[in-house]
Amino acid sequence: MGHPFRDVAIVGVFNTKQARVLEGYDSQSIALEAALGAIADAGLEPRDVDGVVGGIASNFLYQSRIGPAWRSMSPLGIPAVIEGAMAIACGLANTVLIATGEAGSYRQHASTAPWTRPTNEFVAAYGMFTAAEFALMARRHMHMYGTTPESMAHVAATIRNNGHVNPQAVYSGRGPFTADDVLNSRMVADPFHLLDCAMTSEGGTALVLTHADRAGDLAKAPVHLLGGGTDHYGPSYQHPPVWDLGGVRRPDLIAGHVGRRAAEEAFASAGLGPSDVDVCEFYDPFSFELIRQFEAYGFCAEGEGGDYVMSGVIEPGGRHPITTDGGTMSFSHGGASVQLFQRVIRGVQQLRGECVSSQVANAEVAMCTGGGAGALFTDVLLLGKDRP
Amino acid sequence: MSLLIPQAGDIPLPDPGPISAPYWQGCREGVLRYQRCLDCGAPTHTPALMCAACASMSLEWVDSSGRGEIYSWTRVWRPVTPAFITPYVPIIVTLEEGWSILSNLVGCEDDSVAIGQLVEVEFHHSGGPDDIWLPYFHPRSP
Ligand SMILES: [Zn+2]
Repeated sequence: MGHPFRDVAIVGVFNTKQARVLEGYDSQSIALEAALGAIADAGLEPRDVDGVVGGIASNFLYQSRIGPAWRSMSPLGIPAVIEGAMAIACGLANTVLIATGEAGSYRQHASTAPWTRPTNEFVAAYGMFTAAEFALMARRHMHMYGTTPESMAHVAATIRNNGHVNPQAVYSGRGPFTADDVLNSRMVADPFHLLDCAMTSEGGTALVLTHADRAGDLAKAPVHLLGGGTDHYGPSYQHPPVWDLGGVRRPDLIAGHVGRRAAEEAFASAGLGPSDVDVCEFYDPFSFELIRQFEAYGFCAEGEGGDYVMSGVIEPGGRHPITTDGGTMSFSHGGASVQLFQRVIRGVQQLRGECVSSQVANAEVAMCTGGGAGALFTDVLLLGKDRP
Repeated sequence: MSLLIPQAGDIPLPDPGPISAPYWQGCREGVLRYQRCLDCGAPTHTPALMCAACASMSLEWVDSSGRGEIYSWTRVWRPVTPAFITPYVPIIVTLEEGWSILSNLVGCEDDSVAIGQLVEVEFHHSGGPDDIWLPYFHPRSP
């Protein structure tokens, strides 16, 4: 059997303007703008689309009158991309649009963002939200391995500096930042300072996948899916985020290493390993998560992630530069799902060589991720320039 | 430095369902309860229909000692909603029977928390339409 995604290519990507507040937009209108942008980026017309995935799916089908078409409501970043790719690989659709956007749903900031605090019987009364959930994972790692706030701050400063030099980032020009700036920012949920955490913002994002046989005739060089996987342990933010949470099927794969199985499967189908990755477009809800991911994916040994990120590999020009547009800390965190697609968007832009800031020279392989241990899921996608 | 106490404001309270009702009834009676598998003996929390270890549907409610130790902690300064007084200290406690619970630490200074700290449950009357008594944990001696 050949590679599962041999016949699939990503041919269009687009981010709308991202901002703390996008005046005049609602979630559907900003998602529609993203959808049309990605279709145009591919050199296609809306009528070329015969499959739609994501929050915009139903509305787009009606607004553009491209029905009847294949549809999935899958909202969650990389799993949605994999689902769109499967639809093409299985012959259910030829060209799939994946689009989402969020605007106007969180503008009163007295409470943390609604997507950070789902209602739950055993969590809500204890004041839990995403920062606290992820902090409980980070604190356990600090206890086991001596991981330091300084190493986390170095990660945050590196990502925020990528956003500082990115003219498209919400926090463009806000830096440069040092690790001390991060450590001196106010505490949110120990060990996370304000600058260790993602921001909140608004925006839209979209991508277009089509059959690889057609991809060569389109506007931009195709980008291929070399491998992907999703690791989930259950609903996010409803149960204690226990680092050692294991399963009966694979007791060795604990929640603290979530994403390891997905990465192993992705690397296996790509015939690659961590040392082959040129760009680490890792999801960055909190600084510690980058340290954890390098361990989970096998870039370094368990417990060595803190030293690893301090060794010069994650900066621009390092062997494994991270989150090159500024990520959710500086580029954008456009709601509940937008930012979960944007590591993939950035990975595609890196492999095309079209990034206006922090372009990695001659990037051949990008590793894009989403989720995190505090949310009990991590998704992985390996992108490459060559058809697998 | 500040003394950690149970939240007294208008915080979101549990809405017990048919599966979790025995847990919250235990809290009203001053007893922390968990589910134990009649087939394999494994503990399960949060309240469930199925044993987390063997998928048996035969679970019984049993009383916990309410004693355990802190597995992980954080100290929150930016409250999830304005109803929460800061700082507050979410903790994961490993109970003596080998199960984990999420709660808040009370009854000590906020800067004295550490992994491995021995703790014991206490119940705070939060009220609401379901007359909720919330389990919190305070430090204990060995
Ligand atoms: Zn059992």
